[in-house]
Amino acid sequence: MNVAPHDSPSAAQAARRGIRDALGMPMVVLLASMTAFGSLARESGLSLELALASTLGVWALPGQIVFVELYASGGEVVALILAVSLANARFLPMAMSLLPMLREGLARSGWLYLYAHLMSAQSWAYCRRVFPRLPADARRSYFMAFAICILIISLGGTALGYVLTGTLPRPLALSLVLVNPLFMLLLLADSRNRPVVLALIAGVALGPAMHLFTPNWGLLLTGIVAGSAGFLADRVLIVRRKAS
Amino acid sequence: MTPDFDAWILLLAAISATYLWRGLAVPLSLRIDGDGRAFEWMTCVTYALLAGLISRMIVLPYGELATTPVSYRIVATVVALAAYFTGRRNLLLGVGLGTLTFLSLNLTLYDQGP
Repeated sequence: MNVAPHDSPSAAQAARRGIRDALGMPMVVLLASMTAFGSLARESGLSLELALASTLGVWALPGQIVFVELYASGGEVVALILAVSLANARFLPMAMSLLPMLREGLARSGWLYLYAHLMSAQSWAYCRRVFPRLPADARRSYFMAFAICILIISLGGTALGYVLTGTLPRPLALSLVLVNPLFMLLLLADSRNRPVVLALIAGVALGPAMHLFTPNWGLLLTGIVAGSAGFLADRVLIVRRKAS
Repeated sequence: MTPDFDAWILLLAAISATYLWRGLAVPLSLRIDGDGRAFEWMTCVTYALLAGLISRMIVLPYGELATTPVSYRIVATVVALAAYFTGRRNLLLGVGLGTLTFLSLNLTLYDQGP
């Protein structure tokens, strides 16, 4: 990944850029979706401390929602571990396709365990957009600044939603839940790399179908099947072009 | 055991169940070269997985969103994509118009009663 960067920003400049990026759309989107989560937590009978600790400790909205719903229904620990781990298994491929970009020149690989925790879908998508133009140490500064910023914003959103529970009109509360998927969809739709675009199209088509087929494993299967399809289709197109 | 203590145990389980994947990825990622084919494949898998997740969240959502008509969610998504790509790829424009569309559709439903 040693493509000469267009500009070589210092670590401090990269950190400032990370904060600036986080304070834009991600802030608006996370305030909307974490507010919705805070309200859900209170309606399900969780204390504010538990709601905040779940944002800080789980740091993955789909898993947090599974936790709250199983808590409310008085679920068992074993069932909860299974459901949450399947809902959050996406972190394995996410971390494996981000950490190698953060690793170069890192003195102690122990930091990677912290990076793996701080990563979320938003920081993953932003970093994959920004990283090709940054040298390795600037990447780490950008990532840390961005991730910690959106974590703090999310804690604020969780508390705000907890306090505001029941005060928002229903159509507005419903619309806030749709903000996050719409934002993530547009972030991904911005990709121009051919194998990625092919994988995205296949993923959008397969996601709901696989979920109906097997709710627990649908997400992982979608990733593997649609991702491999995009990757292989791109390789076939490369070979064809070379042959012609 | 108090109910509160139980809740913290459940949360601890949820945190461990999530960190399991994040932590497992660290030693595995050390074997992956950031320039190699395996990394490129893993990138495709992740993009496809996130796309599938978002598509599922819109078409087959959990919780409250599931009470809204699927046609409203699809229309809002199409408006968001159209606004984004015709409006110089402006995220605020896309997300804003998509959400407003969904909000207005829900308001008409709300006015007519359940």
